[in-house]
Amino acid sequence: MSKIETISAPTGNDDAPKLKREMPKWAITTMSVSVVILAWEFFGRDVNPIFGSYPTAISVAFWKLLVSGQLLAALTQSLKAFVVGYGLSVLIGVPLGLLIGRSRFLEAAIGVFITGAYAMPLVALVPLLVLWMGLGFAVKACVVFLMAVFPIVINTWLGVRAVPKTLIEVGKSFVASDFTILRRIVLPATIPYIMAGIKLAVGRGVVAMVIAEFFTAISGLGAIIINAANAFDTARMFVPVIVLMVLATMLNSFVGWIERKVAPWQVELSGRDEG
Amino acid sequence: MSDASTGQVSMSDVSKTFTLKVDGQIQIVPALKSVNFDVKQAEIVTLIGPSGCGKTTALRILMGLETASRGKVTVGGKQVNGCGYDRGLVFQHAELLPWLTAAQNVMFGLEMKGMRGAELRDTALRYLDLVGLKDAANRRPYQLSGGMKQRVGIARALAIDPEVLLMDEPFGALDAQTRETLQGELLDIQARTKKTIIFVTHDLDEAVLLADRIIVMRAGSIQETIQVPLQRPRGNLGALRGTAEFAEARYKVWKALHGAEAVH
Repeated sequence: MSKIETISAPTGNDDAPKLKREMPKWAITTMSVSVVILAWEFFGRDVNPIFGSYPTAISVAFWKLLVSGQLLAALTQSLKAFVVGYGLSVLIGVPLGLLIGRSRFLEAAIGVFITGAYAMPLVALVPLLVLWMGLGFAVKACVVFLMAVFPIVINTWLGVRAVPKTLIEVGKSFVASDFTILRRIVLPATIPYIMAGIKLAVGRGVVAMVIAEFFTAISGLGAIIINAANAFDTARMFVPVIVLMVLATMLNSFVGWIERKVAPWQVELSGRDEG
Repeated sequence: MSDASTGQVSMSDVSKTFTLKVDGQIQIVPALKSVNFDVKQAEIVTLIGPSGCGKTTALRILMGLETASRGKVTVGGKQVNGCGYDRGLVFQHAELLPWLTAAQNVMFGLEMKGMRGAELRDTALRYLDLVGLKDAANRRPYQLSGGMKQRVGIARALAIDPEVLLMDEPFGALDAQTRETLQGELLDIQARTKKTIIFVTHDLDEAVLLADRIIVMRAGSIQETIQVPLQRPRGNLGALRGTAEFAEARYKVWKALHGAEAVH
């Protein structure tokens, strides 16, 4: 402990730091989710089971799918395509965004394609991708990649543009090369934007994964959805939908956790409390 | 200190114009008009003037962050062509890298200069000690006060052992007491390291307290150069403010700043 630090530390019980008497965020979230589930259960029971479902019926369907092993098999199959496509979109999207943001030439030359491609109606292009890549794993990973990569590139790019000029000049004043400035100054300064892009990409990647399973070889969680829908088994159809939503939420928290690990200063700077 | 020209700075006939686009019309704005000055080794020169007078532009040209449109700039006898380790810049708002600790911020410049290994951290800690921050080495910028951040900024610039320290209104955003403390410490550090210092400020008192010579700028030109008749070491800066020499020098600068129209 240094001298300076001990000065600001509390000296006695009277000066003990007051804890904020606020409800923790997880408690608020739990309550909010509980209310929604209860309301759904209450009103959902009155609906014809073909037109809608409700939590207990979905839980029963979930249990059946789990015990039969179908759910885990489908989940693994879906996740493989997701992990590859999403992983590639992070690995390619972040460096690409950094380069576009730093280079006037690349920004003018490539930026327009990125902005356009972000709004690309991917569903319409899936049949073409099937022609190119077949119906198998490759096309599914590719669809996930194409949906996930653009928000990552665009966010990273915007983040680079937002790096204060003076921080770049710190690098320049110490005669740092462009690459060193990119790696040692621009990249860490852009982390909050990169993480925001990576979080956005989770949702888009999950949607892309299901779309791919609908429109290529029917497989994975998408297959369970389609088969259940065709059999008018609405409760069963909801199982993968809920699983995917839970999965995306968990992935988002995981990315947030990584962000706090790699950029702990950011939480301090923005004053957000997480948890 | 091998060369006779070490630490000497010279600007000869330097002009700088900026091109701005205002309401779709291109305007050429002169920032510096044929500026000439020389600074001796271990001299402290302050550049003072109202905002927009070109003092920061002059400093940035000396640093190599801007290029002169015309004229010649030399530091230590060598023509300035971009940034170099012979010059250390202290930024207006310290500009520490927020993800690095105080020590790592100082190490950053040293690493860029090519220093590696145990020497790196030792050197950084030595310079943090010089600015009185040895105990805060592991704090990150958001855990430092404004004055402490600026001390780290000074340590970072000094650590690469430049011939010339260029300072861009480094104490402008600090409270009066912190500013006075840092002014005194800067003079102490300069007495020990014998660095040439070029210091941009808009504060009259600061200009007089620190400088051997004050360059008063106005609308891109040097209005007047004023020699400060105060001995160095300056000792207690607070007591110095009460002396007649200080008052006289301060009044000279005030007159130069306000021009003829203010003196009736």
